Amino acid sequence: MTILVVVAVILVVIVGSQLLKIAELRAASKGELIYEITEKEGKLHGLTMFAGFFVFMGFFFWQMWAWYGLKLPVSASTHGVDTDFLANLTYVIITPVFILTHAVLLYFCFKYAYSSTRKALFFSHSNKLELIWTTVPSLALTVLILYGLTSWNSIMTPIPEETDHVLIEVTGQQFTWTARYAGEDKKLGRSHVTLIEGVNATGVDAADENSKDDKLVKGEFHLPVNVPVQFVFRSLDAIHGAFMPHFRSQMNCVPGLKTQWNMVPTITTEEMKKITGNPDFNYVLMCNKICGAAHYNMQMDIIVESQEDYDKWLAEQKTFIE
Amino acid sequence: MSTHHHHAKDFLFTYVFSQDHKMISKQFLVTGFLMGFLGLVMSTLFRLQLGWPGESFEIVELLMGSWAEDGVMAPDKYLALVTMHGTIMVFFLLTAGLSGTFSNLLIPLQVGARDMASGFLNMLSYWFFFISCMLMLASLFVEGGAASAGWTIYPPLSALPQAIPGSGTGMTLWLVSMSVFIVSSLLGSLNYIVTIFNLRTKGMTFTRLPLTIWAFLLTAILGVLSFPVLLAAALLLVFDRSFGTSFYLSDIYIGGQVLDHSGGSPILFEHLFWFLGHPEVYIVLLPALGITSEIISTMSRKPIFGYRAMIGSMMAIAFLSFIVWGHHMFLTGMNPFLGSVFTFTTLLIAIPSAVKVFNYLTTLWKGNIVFTPATLFSVGLVSTFISGGVTGLILGNSALDIAVHDTYFVVGHFHIVMGLSAIFGMFAGVYHWFPKLFGRMMNNKLGTLHFWISIICAYGVFFPMHFLGFSGVPRRYYTNSEFPMFDDMLDINTLISMFAIGAFIGQLFFFFNFVYSAFRGPKAPQNPWKGNSLEWTSPVEHFHGNWYGEIPHVYRWPYDYSKVNAQGEYVYGEDFIPQTTPLGEDEKDGGH
Repeated sequence: MTILVVVAVILVVIVGSQLLKIAELRAASKGELIYEITEKEGKLHGLTMFAGFFVFMGFFFWQMWAWYGLKLPVSASTHGVDTDFLANLTYVIITPVFILTHAVLLYFCFKYAYSSTRKALFFSHSNKLELIWTTVPSLALTVLILYGLTSWNSIMTPIPEETDHVLIEVTGQQFTWTARYAGEDKKLGRSHVTLIEGVNATGVDAADENSKDDKLVKGEFHLPVNVPVQFVFRSLDAIHGAFMPHFRSQMNCVPGLKTQWNMVPTITTEEMKKITGNPDFNYVLMCNKICGAAHYNMQMDIIVESQEDYDKWLAEQKTFIE
Repeated sequence: MSTHHHHAKDFLFTYVFSQDHKMISKQFLVTGFLMGFLGLVMSTLFRLQLGWPGESFEIVELLMGSWAEDGVMAPDKYLALVTMHGTIMVFFLLTAGLSGTFSNLLIPLQVGARDMASGFLNMLSYWFFFISCMLMLASLFVEGGAASAGWTIYPPLSALPQAIPGSGTGMTLWLVSMSVFIVSSLLGSLNYIVTIFNLRTKGMTFTRLPLTIWAFLLTAILGVLSFPVLLAAALLLVFDRSFGTSFYLSDIYIGGQVLDHSGGSPILFEHLFWFLGHPEVYIVLLPALGITSEIISTMSRKPIFGYRAMIGSMMAIAFLSFIVWGHHMFLTGMNPFLGSVFTFTTLLIAIPSAVKVFNYLTTLWKGNIVFTPATLFSVGLVSTFISGGVTGLILGNSALDIAVHDTYFVVGHFHIVMGLSAIFGMFAGVYHWFPKLFGRMMNNKLGTLHFWISIICAYGVFFPMHFLGFSGVPRRYYTNSEFPMFDDMLDINTLISMFAIGAFIGQLFFFFNFVYSAFRGPKAPQNPWKGNSLEWTSPVEHFHGNWYGEIPHVYRWPYDYSKVNAQGEYVYGEDFIPQTTPLGEDEKDGGH
């Protein structure tokens, strides 16, 4: 089989070479140089380019039409709505730029394809034009930068202590997640890798008073709707990325460092099932920083529910000391 | 006997240990393309896994052996392929292959020098590159397999063999190979800079340099300033891996035991890596922009529009590229305030980039465009530079990066703006300067076919990836089938993989055309494209020294195309005026 393939490839190469040679001889016999582009060919290239514009845009809009429905549903967090708005604003700016510049580029290819009867215009610079296309993008960027920085600052500001919130530590390790709730005292106990032993898989310090009422869960964790959540992230081995796409949230988990993220979930899992029309819908936490062989399967479900349901669920979970 | 010995020696010093920049350029080109072909094969293989996850392919088993039992690659070997694909494409093809080829070929020929400032260092630069290629390829065959931590090799994953098998000997070889590569790159870059500054022929002022030379100069400066930082990062990682230091490692529990490392931070590595990593994007891109500026001007028979603005914007891009590295790290735990600063500087890069695009468009406007394959690929570059550039405004904005960071949106973005633009620039350069490289012409029809297959398939591969990104599909996943929410994405992935196979086949036309034309193509005339710059005044045949007799003097900038007098006739009867033609009495130099 392999030998057959090799023979076939060699044959194709030989035939190809002979065809090229024949084409050259044919051109030479007509007194042409094979590498010169005739005017007619040039026009055809220009026309193909212009046709290419419509094909390209057709492909672009077809993708929008075919795959628009696959995008993530409406953001389930407050800041995510802001992020989505800014993203849409950016698309409103860049999509016309993308389409128009391509239209101009490919139209010029068609319009100005080589003609022996025409002379190109010697036009080497214009300060006015340069000024225009320096200023216009600058203005558009100013809007995007200002809006972006405002959103970024508000997203990254940690939740003040006095505000009522849920405090959760999420620990990543190859290839699983563990969530730890701060418990009654609203304080997370100390933790360190040197304390890992047996069932204490994330190294929570049993000697720390604050640890005693902490609650550790795996597989899924629950969040009350409309209550701010303060996440603290840890990693035990490689860098992991705690990605919660439905909440437009992510932060890396870095060994030796505690990273933070906060958000306010606004849509319960049940409501999202209705919005998406998918009865099996589930929020999910996944890893998106390459972390090892099973990087592709490192997940934890997130359930967003009413405060009552959340309290009920949390009460059923065992504390660390138990 | 003695003559025979002499011949052998001649052969050795002409083709192997040559100090002639033109031969070294060809060595870089061929080595770079061979590496690039391997990178292409790897990507096609892992596209098979992504398009048809878990399905068995004979070809996969044939090429990957024990890495793919029963024709399905193992998950960690998928990551090895991804890592090697990235490393090879970014460094070996688009840094050494692109810069090495065209800086070497064009710097002496276009500034009017007999050779590089130091032919010997230049030769060393190639051989260090060759050694680094061999080391990188050797890593494919060691126990545990090649490096598998992604081309960014973030520790601790890259530091600990317990974390992934590829972080054993494979990673060691990766680090050694890259260190040798950096030496090669530094020797080359220093040579380019010195040559451009010191060996310009009489009359070749800086404002008469072709834009290619400006691009190569800025690229070399970027390389000299940023590659040593990667060398430092790599050495510290070697120390962490082999000598028990803790520059990057702290508080790690893996494989059932706590490691001794404490006090280090992987964030430090990320900073060091991206301090090279981001300028690297422009080390890859600037030569392509220089090459296509030259080609678009020549082939539309018009001066490049805004010569000084083009230089200014390249300088601005080069400068800014040093202060934007943090946009790769918005969500790594870096101080959010730094995130704001990096958002600001990052979005600023859009301004010089936009200026370049508009200048390209204005150069084409009212031109007389000759569509050689080089022109087609140059137009392709303008297109990919736009398509990939605009999505940079999403990723560069920290508040938006949150939603799409490390998803396929990023993969689509950087492959289009950096990968495609750079490779299109490189193809354009090869088609355009093939007559200077090999003294023969490439076949246009095959070149045209190559262009259309490439651009259709390339967009077919990378455009849909943005939509995967909108759906939250993370990159570097062996398969998406573990998440029900991604089930609907399988069709997109299959489509992408089909385009990838098409792109692979398209490149075969190029390789065939390349090899055939190098040996059998029609003989090239001295100035086939009617270009103005100095390389077209040197004879077709290669000999050490580039010009018989005196090196030509230069009297004007290289973009006097279609210059007409008051009567509307070409000043010298032709639509181009070589740089060696003295200025007429009422003629002004440059774009005035």
